[in-house]
Amino acid sequence: MMKVKVYITLRESVLDPQGSAVRTSLHALTYNEVQDVRIGKYMELTLSKTEEDVDARIKEMCEKLLANTVIEDYRYEIEEVVSS
Amino acid sequence: MKFACIVFPGSNCDVDMFHAIRDELGEEVEYVWHDEANLDRFDAILLPGGFSYGDYLRSGAIARFSNVMDAVIKAANEGKPVLGVCNGFQVLLEAGLLPGAMRRNQNLKFICRPVTLVVENNETMFTTGYELGEEITIPVAHGEGNYYCDEATLKSLKDNKQIIFTYKNNPNGSISNIAGIKNEKGNVIGMMPHPERAVDQLIGSNDGLLLFKSILRNWREAHVLNV
Repeated sequence: MMKVKVYITLRESVLDPQGSAVRTSLHALTYNEVQDVRIGKYMELTLSKTEEDVDARIKEMCEKLLANTVIEDYRYEIEEVVSS
Repeated sequence: MKFACIVFPGSNCDVDMFHAIRDELGEEVEYVWHDEANLDRFDAILLPGGFSYGDYLRSGAIARFSNVMDAVIKAANEGKPVLGVCNGFQVLLEAGLLPGAMRRNQNLKFICRPVTLVVENNETMFTTGYELGEEITIPVAHGEGNYYCDEATLKSLKDNKQIIFTYKNNPNGSISNIAGIKNEKGNVIGMMPHPERAVDQLIGSNDGLLLFKSILRNWREAHVLNV
């Protein structure tokens, strides 16, 4: 089995109103060193072993459904899970 | 003229849309559940607002892959009028029938109130009943109506006169004050404001009714002789 960790964030060029609100709130708590906050999504997919090209399959999943590439970027990590 | 009112799990403006067509416009309309695969018997397709599939993942992202969407895309390719309102607009964006995407409203609030729209293009099958530049009052009700597209897309929207409605006073941060757009061909339109909630003076405005009347009139001119 494999665990895939998918991270989705708004593209750099897209304003993140939620992130700005959280930054303002952090500043109110005197964490003035916080320059920017970007809010995104984190997903964990558990995959069964497959003969197919895992990278290509995950990219497809991200671009078809998990991320909207008009406004979002995605990246992912694949971990082998040793089943006992 | 026969309208399809598409119902996804979580749609909640379907009844208003149905009422607007049957009782105010006086035409035939049928609810169509999201797993139906054939829309050939309809002349126009309506995607109402709501929170399809709970808006999980992103607004419209899951609805876009429901069975009925292949039929909606087919109808769009055949040139039938397709209107997406609010969540319906978001579904059309996710399906790639219209360009761009929606972000959270700039002020992070769910905005629910009547707004003033400016008619930017009255030469579409949805807007011939309006005057160019006319100001109309139609309610919005959304948390994610902050339209976004890149510079190149915005330029092509402007060049092809695809921007149909703009907000007079932008409520949500939408790029270029965009409230509604059409596809290049002109038969698919998406808008955040709810014309189906503005079909009777009794509830504040009937400015939305002209949109449905425009669809009907243009369809009759194209399909029915001796009108």
